[in-house]
Amino acid sequence: MGLEDLYREIILDHYRSPRNRGELPPPAHRVEGFNPLCGDEVVLTIEVDDEGMVKDLKIGGQGCSISQSSASMMTAAIKGKSAAEAREFIEAFKTMMSIHSKELGDDEHGELDQIDPDLDLGDLEALKGVVQYPVRIKCATLGWNTLTQALDELSA
Amino acid sequence: MGLNVSEIKKDFPVLGQTVHDGRRIVYLDSANTSQKPQSVIDAMGRYYETINANVHRGTYKIAEEATNAMEGARGRVATFLGANSSRELVFTKNATESINLVANTWGRSNLNEGDAVVLTMMEHHATIVPWHMVAAEKGIELRWIPLTADGQLDLTDIDRLVDGAKLVSFTAMSNVLGTINPVERLTEIARSAGAMSLVDGSQHVPHLATNVAELGADFFVFTGHKMLGPTGIGGLWAQEETLDAMPPFLGGGEMILNVTTEGFTTTEIPWKFEAGTPPIAEIVGLGAAVDYLTAVGMDEIRQHEVELTGYALRTLHDRFGDDLTIHGPAEPASRGGVMSIQFKDIHPHDLTQIMDQNGVCLRAGHHCAKPLMKALGANATARASLYLYNDEADIDALGDALEASGEFFDF
Ligand SMILES: Cc1ncc(COP(=O)(O)O)c(C=O)c1O
Repeated sequence: MGLEDLYREIILDHYRSPRNRGELPPPAHRVEGFNPLCGDEVVLTIEVDDEGMVKDLKIGGQGCSISQSSASMMTAAIKGKSAAEAREFIEAFKTMMSIHSKELGDDEHGELDQIDPDLDLGDLEALKGVVQYPVRIKCATLGWNTLTQALDELSA
Repeated sequence: MGLNVSEIKKDFPVLGQTVHDGRRIVYLDSANTSQKPQSVIDAMGRYYETINANVHRGTYKIAEEATNAMEGARGRVATFLGANSSRELVFTKNATESINLVANTWGRSNLNEGDAVVLTMMEHHATIVPWHMVAAEKGIELRWIPLTADGQLDLTDIDRLVDGAKLVSFTAMSNVLGTINPVERLTEIARSAGAMSLVDGSQHVPHLATNVAELGADFFVFTGHKMLGPTGIGGLWAQEETLDAMPPFLGGGEMILNVTTEGFTTTEIPWKFEAGTPPIAEIVGLGAAVDYLTAVGMDEIRQHEVELTGYALRTLHDRFGDDLTIHGPAEPASRGGVMSIQFKDIHPHDLTQIMDQNGVCLRAGHHCAKPLMKALGANATARASLYLYNDEADIDALGDALEASGEFFDF
């Protein structure tokens, strides 16, 4: 297991040039996410229209290459999708991230084969290597957990 | 006479291990937890193999020996800390539990709405959160001693801060900046203001000769796993009158004199604060740890760390110049061997990940000191921390690992 499996070129690319970086002005919905392990913080701002479509979302805050690139890829994947599709994506991504934690006995995220096999994670597949580094899984999922929180708050 | 580090290294089995295809472990995370010498590991194993029995109750041979082993260790740890008697030493799980003990017993019975507790901006969460919890319940005020630009306590306004305060609670040495605080001066300031003092010795006891009687604190806490001892054991020191006046903490066996259907009375100190079966093997291990430290010599350890910190500050600065920031006091004599670093724009998590590939163990994160990190303007740092088993080769390996990280993230 070499570093190249963790730091794939596409990850470094998103880290160097993050997509959808910044903050949307109000009335966009704003949520802060924290990684209690390392102190990283992300700020997610999101606009969902009346049809439940994610019109726009941006990521601010600070983080390591893994959390920043994962959040960047997430914004690219989610923008223009419906909130329901976004949730499917979140589920698929978190399942990918949980393969290792499942082996460690954490059964929280269900079975791999429960996710839609047609769902293509695209660039996000590059983050697969992260599961070999359990402490970094929290980095990779930080933006996603924050997005879940935002969608929950918006539908509440 | 410097330490014979190559001999010392041999006493620590983990340091002989390799990782990532044969790279030797360069352990630079002792501020987090220290490695354990074979003598500590053996003392615990021997306890289980030869005299394992519950303490303070059995009348048979090995139960007596187990009690003697535990109380003998208490005596040696008390002596190591400069306590006047072993009755002044309460065993707890760790420094965190010790501070919670003080907050829950002394704090809840002595602090009332409007009272002030003074903390510093360089505290570990273990010192901050228990007082936040008392504040939420009792409505006390928390005041904060600020820091100077080079990471020392800024005492310019101290008279106003301690005015009317009931407690000053602070660390003897910062686990992020390495700053060694003027403990005696601060306990004196607290006393003059009519306040009690609580000193967090977690980073002090492992690295500098400690004499609680001289430091002048009312409460002094420490944690065993940072001073070559096992996890799960720490302590609280206070004078007998102070401990006697405090209500008990946890209730249960060991801490009682009598129990009836109507109520209970507590036993004498220190056992009054040690409810339930204690971590006997861990106490025995801690005793072996202070024996080891005493044999090497605390003054020798301190001198070694000052020299090695000086070497690190000098050589790393020469190698990396302005690409590398090391927080905290510039002068090795006014700091411990704890170096929080920022290198280029590389996030500490990424930095320590590459370092790990070189076998170099560093902690990345907020180091349980989020208010301090905020004051430093960082979410996280990477931290290298030294101990008696580190040498110049370890510092050189740190430099090489930094260089490798710089190349990897060169964009
Ligand atoms: C200054 C300081 N105080 C308190 C603690 C808490 O120690 P423990 O987790 O062993 O209770 C630590 C260790 O992380 C520390 O560095």
